[in-house]
Amino acid sequence: MQRQPRILMCPPDYYGIEYEINPWMNRARGSSRERARQQWQQLHDTLVGLGVVVELLQPQPGLPDLVFTANAGLVYGDRFFSSRFRHEERARETPHFDTWFASKGFTVEHLPEEMYFEGAGDALFCGTTLFAGYRIRSDVQGHQSLGGLLHVQVLPLELINAYFYHLDTCFCPLAPGEALWYPEAFDAYGRRVIENHIPRLIAANEAEARCFGCNAVVVGKTVVINAGCDKLAADLKSLGYTTKAVELDEFIKSGGSAKCLTLRLDGEEAAQWA
Amino acid sequence: MAHNATGKQGFVEEVEIQGHIIDSLILPKVLDEILTRGGSYVIKDIKIGQRQTDASHARIEVRADNSEKLNEILDIIHDHGAVPVAVRDCQTVAADMDGAFPEHFYSTTNYRTQVRLNGEWIDVEDQEMDCGILVDPEESAARCVPMTEVRLGDRIVVGRDGLRVFPAETAARSNLFEFMASPVSSEKPKGVTVREIAAAMKRTKESGEKILAVLGPAIVHTGSVEHICKLIRGGYLNVLFAGNALATHDIEQALFNTSLGISLDRGLPMEEGHEHHLRAINTIRRIGGIRRAVERGMLKSGIMYECIRHDIPFLLAGSIRDDGPLPEVVTDVLEAQRRMREMIHGVGFCLMMATMLHSIATGNLLPAWVKVACVDINPATVTKLTDRGSIQTVGVITDAEPFLRALVAELEREKSIA
Repeated sequence: MQRQPRILMCPPDYYGIEYEINPWMNRARGSSRERARQQWQQLHDTLVGLGVVVELLQPQPGLPDLVFTANAGLVYGDRFFSSRFRHEERARETPHFDTWFASKGFTVEHLPEEMYFEGAGDALFCGTTLFAGYRIRSDVQGHQSLGGLLHVQVLPLELINAYFYHLDTCFCPLAPGEALWYPEAFDAYGRRVIENHIPRLIAANEAEARCFGCNAVVVGKTVVINAGCDKLAADLKSLGYTTKAVELDEFIKSGGSAKCLTLRLDGEEAAQWA
Repeated sequence: MAHNATGKQGFVEEVEIQGHIIDSLILPKVLDEILTRGGSYVIKDIKIGQRQTDASHARIEVRADNSEKLNEILDIIHDHGAVPVAVRDCQTVAADMDGAFPEHFYSTTNYRTQVRLNGEWIDVEDQEMDCGILVDPEESAARCVPMTEVRLGDRIVVGRDGLRVFPAETAARSNLFEFMASPVSSEKPKGVTVREIAAAMKRTKESGEKILAVLGPAIVHTGSVEHICKLIRGGYLNVLFAGNALATHDIEQALFNTSLGISLDRGLPMEEGHEHHLRAINTIRRIGGIRRAVERGMLKSGIMYECIRHDIPFLLAGSIRDDGPLPEVVTDVLEAQRRMREMIHGVGFCLMMATMLHSIATGNLLPAWVKVACVDINPATVTKLTDRGSIQTVGVITDAEPFLRALVAELEREKSIA
């Protein structure tokens, strides 16, 4: 049955680089709000053009990263597992996300207080298995407890490169058994786990990984990806995917791109929910 | 942390880890981290999820040879989800009378034991089976205490909270006594066993620990006195436990060259020989003791003579119907026990020969990490020792004399005895 894809986005009205919590961020360099606005709009329109219903979250002054809705939490059916951000700057976003999800009829749930968990930024389904990045932002305990709550298999993967601080910066499930990834962002165990569990893998090279090639949005057989990842686009084509390139360099200044700017509400293309 | 009784790899913490730790390779990663950082582990418990979606759970004992290394390992594996097992401090109750434990006291084993006091694990000192644990909260110290020594108001551990016991296989030092798989047999090649015992004695001597010998009178009857004297002179016998009989017949031999009246040269009874041991005791009692007999030049050879000459501490424990006994014999058994407890401090190896009574008594006093070689013509002695919990015992079923001759030859072969 054809699904009607639904994605949550937040306009970049208050987007900017106001603090530095990852190696991409540089307050001195700053960002252009106008250019950011144009790029965000282009992403929005591209998704709408692919048949996606885009829901909008009200932007909030003083919360420049609210635009990165992927980190709101993890959606599973009608349950929303709200993030517990490692950085205080982003923890202030949580009440806004929680209010929105509650207003849309989701059951809002929180993990125990001592566990950091940064939502779909670090937890992505590929098939029935939840792949989970830990160490830099999320804690492994948070993911393991999530596995117990959802009764799904959770495979925690250690992230070892500060530039790829969330799982969605280096790993993108395309369909059950298929994913894009940047192997060097993982330790040897993590690489083996991904290779053992996902039969068809497209590896990004370093340049395209740093161009946020893995931070892509998958809608059906179309992959929306930051501009400039031509080799990845060719590899994707060989697996039967069409790519749509969107210029998103204003957001890469904050360490985010297409995937970070979106949160799929009805389950990712690659997710198989019971 | 308090003194570490087992030497190597003595700093320990138990962690648990759960979730999908098998398919995610988290468990092998944690174990690899422990090993690559110089620690070691024992998986105490593991439950593996039966379906893909089921979580698994493992309880892992992590060991390192110092607390810094242990803490470094714990910090690292914590990031992978291995967290210390939540435990409480040990519970104590004040003794309500002298000479008895409070009800529900914890009864000790001879294995290395730790109690948790104020969140810290500390070793229980004077480890001994069938005792209680006395805690001194102000000194952050705990030690085994026998029932008779309990005093009103002593804080005694009750229940099992905040206690951990380390079984023998993990407390064992590496490459000591590998032949323990079959601890007692009369069918085993003695040469190998003797070589291993000699090697263990050498290691003990080199490490600065003491070798304790527990000897019965058959040592003298079988003509083994000179072998024992060689061990003493070579520094391979540092503490002696025996009864009235060993000392009596040793002195009888020194004074009359008989043992229970039998000539040690000819193996035949000597005329009036049956009186010799009693006359020997009487002589020593008249002069005021074994030490005085040596000092006066009356006692010039034998095991007791060498002990006095080489300042080897000895304890002669009395029994019912001892002849005499010799003045040095301690006839109050509780006092003998108390002194034996004091004397086993620093003992790293124990050689028990030709006495069931004293061997079992000593076995009960020794902690499990002190290796014991028990040499007896009677297999029941070794069996009784192991059945009473001294499972660290290696048995050699043989007459004492050929064993000792081979042991001394082995030590001499290695130029260990001058």
